[in-house]
Amino acid sequence: MSQLITLNAQTENSIASITENAWTYVKLPASQIEERKQAGKVVLFKLTGENTVSEVQIASTIIPATGNIIVPLTVFIARKSELQSRINLGEVGVWIDTHEIIDHLVEAQADLNELPIIAVHVERFADGRIFSLGTLLRTRYGYKNELRAFGDVLRDQLFFLKRSGFNSYLIRADRDAKDAIAGLQDFTKPYQGAVDDPRPVFQRYNRVAS
Amino acid sequence: MNMYKYDEIDQQIVNERVAQYRDQTRRFLAGELTDEEFRPLRLQNGLYIQRHAPMLRIAVPYGMLSSTQLHKLADIVEKYDKDYGHFSTRQNLQLNWPKLEDVPNILEELATVEMHAIQTSGNCIRNITTDQFAGVAPDEVVDPRAMAEVMRQWSTFHPEFALLPRKFKIAVSGTKEDRAIVQAHDIGLEFYKDTNNKIAIKVWVGGGLGRTPILGSVIREHLEGQHALTYCEAIIRVYNLHGRRDNAYKARIKILVKALGIEEFKRQVEAEWAHLKDAPNTITEAELTRVSQYFDNMPYADLSANDAGFDAAIASKPAFAAWAKRCVHPHKKAGYRALTLSLKPHGKAPGDATSAQMHLVAHLAENYSFGELRVSHEQNLILADVKLSDLSTVWEQARAAGLATPNIGLLTDIICCPGGDFCSLANAKSIPIAEAIQMQFDNLDYLHDIGEIELNISGCMNACGHHHVGHIGILGVDKDGSEWYQVSIGGKQGNDASIGSVIGPSFSAEEMPTVVQKLVDVYLQERTDEERFIDTVRRLGVAPFKAHVYAKNEVVA
Repeated sequence: MSQLITLNAQTENSIASITENAWTYVKLPASQIEERKQAGKVVLFKLTGENTVSEVQIASTIIPATGNIIVPLTVFIARKSELQSRINLGEVGVWIDTHEIIDHLVEAQADLNELPIIAVHVERFADGRIFSLGTLLRTRYGYKNELRAFGDVLRDQLFFLKRSGFNSYLIRADRDAKDAIAGLQDFTKPYQGAVDDPRPVFQRYNRVAS
Repeated sequence: MNMYKYDEIDQQIVNERVAQYRDQTRRFLAGELTDEEFRPLRLQNGLYIQRHAPMLRIAVPYGMLSSTQLHKLADIVEKYDKDYGHFSTRQNLQLNWPKLEDVPNILEELATVEMHAIQTSGNCIRNITTDQFAGVAPDEVVDPRAMAEVMRQWSTFHPEFALLPRKFKIAVSGTKEDRAIVQAHDIGLEFYKDTNNKIAIKVWVGGGLGRTPILGSVIREHLEGQHALTYCEAIIRVYNLHGRRDNAYKARIKILVKALGIEEFKRQVEAEWAHLKDAPNTITEAELTRVSQYFDNMPYADLSANDAGFDAAIASKPAFAAWAKRCVHPHKKAGYRALTLSLKPHGKAPGDATSAQMHLVAHLAENYSFGELRVSHEQNLILADVKLSDLSTVWEQARAAGLATPNIGLLTDIICCPGGDFCSLANAKSIPIAEAIQMQFDNLDYLHDIGEIELNISGCMNACGHHHVGHIGILGVDKDGSEWYQVSIGGKQGNDASIGSVIGPSFSAEEMPTVVQKLVDVYLQERTDEERFIDTVRRLGVAPFKAHVYAKNEVVA
């Protein structure tokens, strides 16, 4: 069964549905770089802006000739001319890792809304950069199309992902996506304004001191 | 009573949290969540897995409690724990022995009195702390509590900041003399009235204790009050994106601020804020007014500034006079006083209170202080609005319950973390050290003669006991598997905050009371009439103290 949850339009009765994935994730070939260690421990999180992809990896990434593809940001930037005709057809989305810089995407692709999907990959669920990335894509860069979270995506982060502007969620393969949907509704009336509703609670309701 | 009271929206959020956490616990126990996956979920609900049992930290927002809430907390420590709780340096209450399976039920009970454990731990915005005398202090310029409540709501389940690189602590203050150590926080907000008589904020960023103690830098001298939330969002966004996640010891915002330099950090924050300024999270007049109504003045009686009964009690009862000197504090309203109930009786774990003591304090609050009380970051309890004429009655009752040790601000009013007796992070025990020092200085006359001195103990470099800002700071360290104690002097909280200097090699637990005694001896010998311990240290430097402490077989002059 599909692991993809997609948020429904607000007019529908249920909040989200399990949908079929229509996109192929284009993967970089494995890196030759050794894992970084600190005090004997493997470093779990990459630094923001850290360059983790080699030119060889970019050049040797295999891009399928047809179909809808989500391309790693570094490949998208380096090989954009090769992809341009397919970008024009709406067949190309971008894969961003949480340590990558959105400005680099915007420099390469001025109109983000030419991309039907941006998928943010979170390697570890505890990496909260994904929430700022979603927020910036929606509020700063005006991105309106599908914004997907994939990678270590679990039920207990879905509510925050939804509020940060994500509208589809590829649940980690070993977890039940149907069960995870419930996480989107953990809270009914959140306090602060966020992407899904910029108005804080004091703008949405007439709160009167008792 | 003047405390924030939940409306349906607040109550629903807390109720939904109970349901959410109950289900998370169920899934963990059913094996549907791994240890690693459950960890941040339980931490953001204040639940640590500790040495003997889990530890649950209950939020006391900006340190304020009603007597109803304290009665409930007393019932909870009796029912789910070993009949006592520990008040912490973040003005919260910690249970040392709850069962993991019981936590959802504890939260459900807390929700009935508008309490919770939300974000009391984990890599998120923690409980916002402030001055324990907020609203009653004579030197207060702005009552910080309404803003603290607005910020509490804003920071609760803030989606963008749900999983930060590391914990994030905010303190707010609205007095001339800072009592909230705003400079030792990730963000410190100092409220004041600007030239237009409007609430303005001096914003400090990048302070923090822990492994790398740093006092904060001023990022903005003047911020209009309504921008508090959006400006904090700009700061925390820069931190969330650029803070170091690769090394937990370098993940606090202070490391980022130091690496970039305050000017570059400020540039990035201001660039971010240019987009956020005046966004819908800007605080409206209406909202600040709504929340401020909960913190209106108490229905004070018009009283004379003096009370004959009080004066007579002072004259006839030396023990009462000693207590009043240390534990009674000025109040903005004539005829009223704030008072501190010491949770530092000599020889007991600092900050601990039994359920019977908690019930008694709740009754005292009901009968003498409008049903409201506070927890201080020095780990004592405060009754903020007591009539001068009631003080001796309150003292009698507090004394009978062991809550009237006249040591507030003195050497035995020790700030102390739970340490190696309870905490799995600790390198060394801290409570037995505190107890031994208290017994060394058990003579009250001598204690009063030594005068104001702050002694803070942390069992590890995470610095929950704020040892860096203690006039005397003691840090538990691990050397080859045994427990040692490093001593620093010259730290201070307040407007002229400073980080203490280590005096030399560390000591064994048995040596500690003598070491403190020797530090005090040097002070007593060298002080001028006006000097407190910290003043003498600042005047003379570390050298004479060090020389005496490490001298061999020296005879004290």
